[in-house]
Amino acid sequence: MRSKQLAARDMLRGDLEGEDLERYVEERVVTTNFEKMLNLARANSIFPLTFGLACCAIEAPISIVTARYDLARFGAEALRASPRQADLIILSGRVSIKMAPVVRRLYDQMLEPKWVMAMGACSSSAGMFANYAVVQGADKFMPVDIYVPGCPPRPEAVLYGFTKLQRKIMGSPDQGWRQRYNAAGTEEWARGGPRSEPSPEAALAYDEARELARA
Amino acid sequence: MPDAPGLELIRGEIEVDHPGAVLDTSFDRGQAALIADPRRALDVLRWLKEQPGQRYDFLSSLHAADYLPNEPRFGVHYELINRNRVERIRVKAMLADRGEELPEIDSCVELFPTAEAQEREAFDFFGIEFRGHPNLTRILMPDDYVGWPQRRDFPVGGEPVTFTYSERRYG
Repeated sequence: MRSKQLAARDMLRGDLEGEDLERYVEERVVTTNFEKMLNLARANSIFPLTFGLACCAIEAPISIVTARYDLARFGAEALRASPRQADLIILSGRVSIKMAPVVRRLYDQMLEPKWVMAMGACSSSAGMFANYAVVQGADKFMPVDIYVPGCPPRPEAVLYGFTKLQRKIMGSPDQGWRQRYNAAGTEEWARGGPRSEPSPEAALAYDEARELARA
Repeated sequence: MPDAPGLELIRGEIEVDHPGAVLDTSFDRGQAALIADPRRALDVLRWLKEQPGQRYDFLSSLHAADYLPNEPRFGVHYELINRNRVERIRVKAMLADRGEELPEIDSCVELFPTAEAQEREAFDFFGIEFRGHPNLTRILMPDDYVGWPQRRDFPVGGEPVTFTYSERRYG
């Protein structure tokens, strides 16, 4: 340990030369590709949106950032109050049909790349609210990456879902949500705007998914 | 809370000032209620609010109910309190179902300003029209919602959930 510190000191002073410098670099530098590095950075610096829908909001944005559970351990302690600055929206509670357009609008205002966690039974499947007022699962009107079951989920469960999301981010190739969810071609253009075509990759992924579904 | 004879006394006094405005009384589980003629419910409320010696001057709740198999079908309930004596009395106005047309009753906003939002709620959920309300629009459901969701003949909505237990048991 001490020798490593001394080596770092010597390197900063410019005293390290020749074979010592080579060994120093080999010990401390990891080579990877840019995409992986970018995903690593993204997964460990998520800015969740300060946003609560119902009772799960007590667990999600309030409880998991406190000292006891401490979302900061996973690099997500900065909750942003504006969707323009947020990467992750945690749907904490039931989404009523009056609230759904608002939630969808918040999601649309977030910048790419963005992720969604459906937290609790209600936002995943409406939970016990099988009635006229509640949307039967938030995935009816927006893409959802992670479903955390529970009513409400324990904060540990939310954190587990969060680490799952991190693994998803680190594993996923660099693409927007329309590619991720095979939703290319659903862009809404202002009147007179260009008609969009799905990218070749998305078309391929779509075909593969259909093949899998048939098999 | 007026007891059963006290309720009859109140009814008798209203009968003197507004003959025929109170159709019936009910005293159930210690709760006193006057069943008012819906066209003259406002007279009864005003009398209860302003009559010296009564002074039920605070509307603690206004709500509607749907008694579907029964006729008249809709009930508008006014819960009044006298805050000095801490006495409560309920006024019920029963409205008949008019098919496509909405049941109507006079708004009591000018008497009790707090009824403004509560009448909107009753309109939102039961489709009861309050004549003379300053702004009778939906309050909880989206503005473009169709139907009156708390009526008993309104479908519950949602999606059927099949549990393996109930599937095995009920097929």
